[in-house]
Amino acid sequence: MHALNELKERARAAADKPAAYGSDLDLRHYADEAPERGYVESLEELEELSGEELARAGVEKSGRERSGSFVQIDGTVVHRKAMEKGLEILGTREALEKYDWLWDYYWQTVAVDADKYTAAVELAPFEGYFMRALPGSRTIYPLQACLYIREPRFVQRVHNIIIAEEGSELHIITGCASKHEIEMGLHLGVSEFFVKKNARVTFTMVHNWAEGMDVRPRSGVRVEENGLFMSNYVVMEPVRSLQLYPTARLVGEGAVARFNSILVAQPGSELDVGSRVILSAPRCNAEIISRAITRGGYIAARGHIRGEVGGVKAHLECRGLILDEGGVIHAIPELEGLAADVDMSHEAAVGKIAQEEVEYLMSRGLSEDEATSTIVRGFLNVKIEGLPPLLEKEMRRMMELSEQKAL
Amino acid sequence: MYESDDDRDITLRVENLSVEVEGKEVLRGVSLGIKCGETHVLFGPNGSGKTTLLMALMGFPRYRVTSGRILFEEEDITGLPPYERARRGFGIMFQRPPTVRGVTLEQMAALCADDGVDVEALAGDMNLEEFLSRDVNHGFSGGEIKRSELLQLLAQNPRIVLLDEPESGVDMENLQLVGKAIRKLLQKDLRRRRTKCGLIITHTGYILDYVEADVGHVLCEGTVVCSGNPREQLEGIRKYGFEECARCTR
Repeated sequence: MHALNELKERARAAADKPAAYGSDLDLRHYADEAPERGYVESLEELEELSGEELARAGVEKSGRERSGSFVQIDGTVVHRKAMEKGLEILGTREALEKYDWLWDYYWQTVAVDADKYTAAVELAPFEGYFMRALPGSRTIYPLQACLYIREPRFVQRVHNIIIAEEGSELHIITGCASKHEIEMGLHLGVSEFFVKKNARVTFTMVHNWAEGMDVRPRSGVRVEENGLFMSNYVVMEPVRSLQLYPTARLVGEGAVARFNSILVAQPGSELDVGSRVILSAPRCNAEIISRAITRGGYIAARGHIRGEVGGVKAHLECRGLILDEGGVIHAIPELEGLAADVDMSHEAAVGKIAQEEVEYLMSRGLSEDEATSTIVRGFLNVKIEGLPPLLEKEMRRMMELSEQKAL
Repeated sequence: MYESDDDRDITLRVENLSVEVEGKEVLRGVSLGIKCGETHVLFGPNGSGKTTLLMALMGFPRYRVTSGRILFEEEDITGLPPYERARRGFGIMFQRPPTVRGVTLEQMAALCADDGVDVEALAGDMNLEEFLSRDVNHGFSGGEIKRSELLQLLAQNPRIVLLDEPESGVDMENLQLVGKAIRKLLQKDLRRRRTKCGLIITHTGYILDYVEADVGHVLCEGTVVCSGNPREQLEGIRKYGFEECARCTR
């Protein structure tokens, strides 16, 4: 209890602390109240969300080819169920009540007083998911999770804890979305990942917010010896402002982190998206790749790699394409080496579509528009290694859905 | 010589074509005609306008036609964009094509191909199976680029085949492969009447060991200074250089 009080105190002290990046939001403009939703045993009984709405968020309503599901609407967990042995899915509050030991993971990879958004998650009732793969467990199908906002002006506070125990494999596909008509809303999502020795976690997230939404995810990852964490993040649809800068700490020898981000900024959208990896054990490896396209919106594409010990290898790649006038892309790659024997590199490029490439495709029979869209699709076509084939297929499908609307 | 032939047989006709690139005149009144089924070669020193002629025939906007016309089967196509020409049956092999990241050679070949074209089989013929899943031209060697370009053309199966130095950078082993692909593109093994036309730029003339050409043109300073038997022209160029060609007509 003492520790919890201390957390609350730290949160209170940071309640007005602006974030390091992104536009500063006044939390008083949002509402804490949303109607309670009923729990459903099966997703197919869920009336609030259609199969199509769920599909856009990456959730298969039938639950086919999924090892479990979690759905939260506004502040209520409406469904959570694991379908395979060795997997556990609970609401985070429920899990904290069930497992005393879980408190040892609580606010361990993200600081509660990082900024007013982390503080706000701690200072009011929150939900979120707890997912755990038991030691050595491997699932064929991914877990699916959806955090949905329906209530106008609602501030959704989420604290997720994901634990992959030693030698386990956990693949998560998650969509965050909101009802498109809502004029204003805020999603505050803390996610803490613990990847233990020889475990693998892939986290594929597609965001489908609305034009009036502000979004502030706060993620921290801890990867132990020979563990692997991979994040694939896609946002293509309009959102008012989005700022995130997840940090992975590689603490065990041979740990690996990979971040792939695909960002499309529509006019009026402000995306400030970064990824940070801190390599603090030998033979660790990191890769950060981002592809940013603006259709008129603003994008800051950040990346930061910090090599604290020798014998680590890391690469950072930021590429941006400005398709429409008025769009801005600010690529900010940072490399920080603290030991002599680090091998870190970066490459960044921002520009327009090369006319030479358009003409090359036109000479093969494509009209100018067809050639341009082929090049844009190619630009976004990041090769993702290590994703199970089913998940890769699913991610492509979700990207295509977004692409059709976005480009 | 073609001027005296029956004009009705001419598939691609270039009439008095002048072209400027970035404000500089590169082609000055070029005329030639390629009959149905014929292959022509273009000789000429560096900077004489050979590539410019091919690019202008394909319709790239950087190559601005200031006077003259290009006729394909009697249709004036001078103002058409490249894709309209490609759809009418023009196909070009680039000397230095750009890399298109995220677009694989397989996708590229499929874009060119009509339904029913077996891209994998063609890739097998060009010894490029392993390249199908790679981004087009990314990290390809000179010879690999030639084979990749030819693979795309084989998939496209054009009526007018424009080749810019198909043999440069190709080793002896692959030269045969390249030669064979060009023969196929130009229906050289067909005994009956061919329908394909070719215009090939060559510096070395090596490609003539694999592909017979009907007519040769020597381009100097943006003008065709000689049209005739390509073998004889090549022999002359090898012996006396291009200067003699230029002098010969004056």
